[in-house]
Amino acid sequence: MTALKLTNICKSFGKVEVLRNIDLEVVEGEFVVFVGPSGCGKSTLLRVIAGLEDATQGTVEIGGEIVNQVPPAKRGIAMVFQSYALYPHLTVEGNMTLALKQEGQSKDLIAERVAMASRMLSLEDYLARRPSELSGGQRQRVAIGRAIVREPKLFLFDEPLSNLDAALRMNTRIEIARLHRQLHASMVYVTHDQTEAMTLADKIVVLRDGRVEQVGSPMELYNNPANQFVAGFLGAPSMNFLPAERLGGAAGLTIGIRPEHILLDGAGRASGKVTHVEKLGGDTNVLVDLGDGCVVTVRLFRQHDVETDSVVGIDFDEADSFSFDSSGARVS
Amino acid sequence: MNKARRSPLNTAAAHAILLTYTLIALFPVFVIVINSFKTRKAIFREPLALPSSETFSTIGYETVFKQGDFFLYFQNSMIVTVCSLFFILLFGAMAAFALAEYRFKGNTLMGLYLALGIMIPIRIGTVAILEMMVATGLVNTLMALILVYTAQGLPLAVFILSEFMKQVSDDLKNAGRIDGLSEYTIFFRLVVPLVRPAMATVAVFNMIPIWNDLWFPLILAPAEATKTLTLGSQVFIGQFVTDWNAVLSALSMAILPVMILYVIFSRQLIRGITSGAVK
Repeated sequence: MTALKLTNICKSFGKVEVLRNIDLEVVEGEFVVFVGPSGCGKSTLLRVIAGLEDATQGTVEIGGEIVNQVPPAKRGIAMVFQSYALYPHLTVEGNMTLALKQEGQSKDLIAERVAMASRMLSLEDYLARRPSELSGGQRQRVAIGRAIVREPKLFLFDEPLSNLDAALRMNTRIEIARLHRQLHASMVYVTHDQTEAMTLADKIVVLRDGRVEQVGSPMELYNNPANQFVAGFLGAPSMNFLPAERLGGAAGLTIGIRPEHILLDGAGRASGKVTHVEKLGGDTNVLVDLGDGCVVTVRLFRQHDVETDSVVGIDFDEADSFSFDSSGARVS
Repeated sequence: MNKARRSPLNTAAAHAILLTYTLIALFPVFVIVINSFKTRKAIFREPLALPSSETFSTIGYETVFKQGDFFLYFQNSMIVTVCSLFFILLFGAMAAFALAEYRFKGNTLMGLYLALGIMIPIRIGTVAILEMMVATGLVNTLMALILVYTAQGLPLAVFILSEFMKQVSDDLKNAGRIDGLSEYTIFFRLVVPLVRPAMATVAVFNMIPIWNDLWFPLILAPAEATKTLTLGSQVFIGQFVTDWNAVLSALSMAILPVMILYVIFSRQLIRGITSGAVK
């Protein structure tokens, strides 16, 4: 069964088109991540699904029902915001129960749901506190708890980890993944961070300028990108792009090669000067300047002693490379 | 920077300036209060002297309480000020919320139209207002004053509050919408508490001119039953003879309620400022 179906969604603010002809299906229980650079329309798309913005054109179906005219509260969704958006005047418990009270649920049911959610998120000790007395990570857990208690057909996450520091971000990411496994719920998650997209998603939707660039599982997108944009967006450090002519190929094409697929080899296809070395312990990133503004990042596993300013050759296996034409479309 | 801030000389200088300013601001009030407790002769002979056992007299207060219904005037002033402030804050905040929150045609134009009232003094329209009040039979009612003061205070209130409303997080309002709160609940429960400091500012700005106003009570509600305190005190000021004892006593008493209201609102103001600073 489909949890969410978008058909030909367009959205414009005045003359500015923010979303163009977006079609998408989310299967029940699926974790879908919208990813793209800032300003690509991913948050707007989420708002359209939530009903906080009206689509200029197209239909939104949630659980097989067209909801274009349904107010946000009746769509069977719950949303977690980047800025937590907790009600400052209510306690943690008040924050979590407000929506259920508005729906007129019985007290027993509310108590049961709150007990379940607070156990899941280990918030039992904080139920009587106000948001101002909580840390950032705890606030975000309360925001997630507020979504869980509603048992929605669809969870919406709007960059929920952007306000957290690096360590907490990883913990919360794992927590969200665990929740998804426990609840078997359909989730739509917006982020600009490709690591979050790769680690959480069953299906990634890459957006650019209000268009869907590619839809697929993380590994599909990583191994088989449809175009240069998707290839460059996923993976860290990002893919290297070189004019094919420099490597003896046809004019006008661009060769894309991931940093981990390049070898440092004395007699390689090209040579250049090492400009910078990043030693991360687990791996070593080497920046090699091939001249004419072509800088290649090479990712070596484990620790290597590479001198800056030394001249090195680079080499790679043809099978690991992609080529794109001048419009950015994938050729091979 | 830190050193400069801690230097005792700078601290002393800052305090000296602030104290001087406080003295200058409070001196007239002080003179009014001390003179209200003196005999008429003492007021003119030595206006700056404190009341002594010889010059002490409460004749002014006695006159005020005997002549005219001072408590009624007091009550009228209080009703007019409090009701006007309530309506200014309620309607001002609602209009500001609509202007800040909703996209509709003519939003900017509407905002400019409302702001126009800041530039055009309402007294220009006195004759038209009087005609309207006569036509609607509101002359000599407190309602007339409340309506006029509300209209007078709204433009600035809308202007200030809409700026503050724009700063309230969109996410919070959207969270409320998703949880099924009505727009009114979102406004009263989520937005208004967050702009409380701004509302206190608006209240303080509006309160004192309304309390002190003589113009509109004199024109719209001069009847005995609807006189405000400021208008009521005018009976002691004549063209040829002025009962200074009574005038000073009436003014001294008129200060009190405004001061109480100000303390209530200013506490909100300060709370707003500090909560932002230590966030």
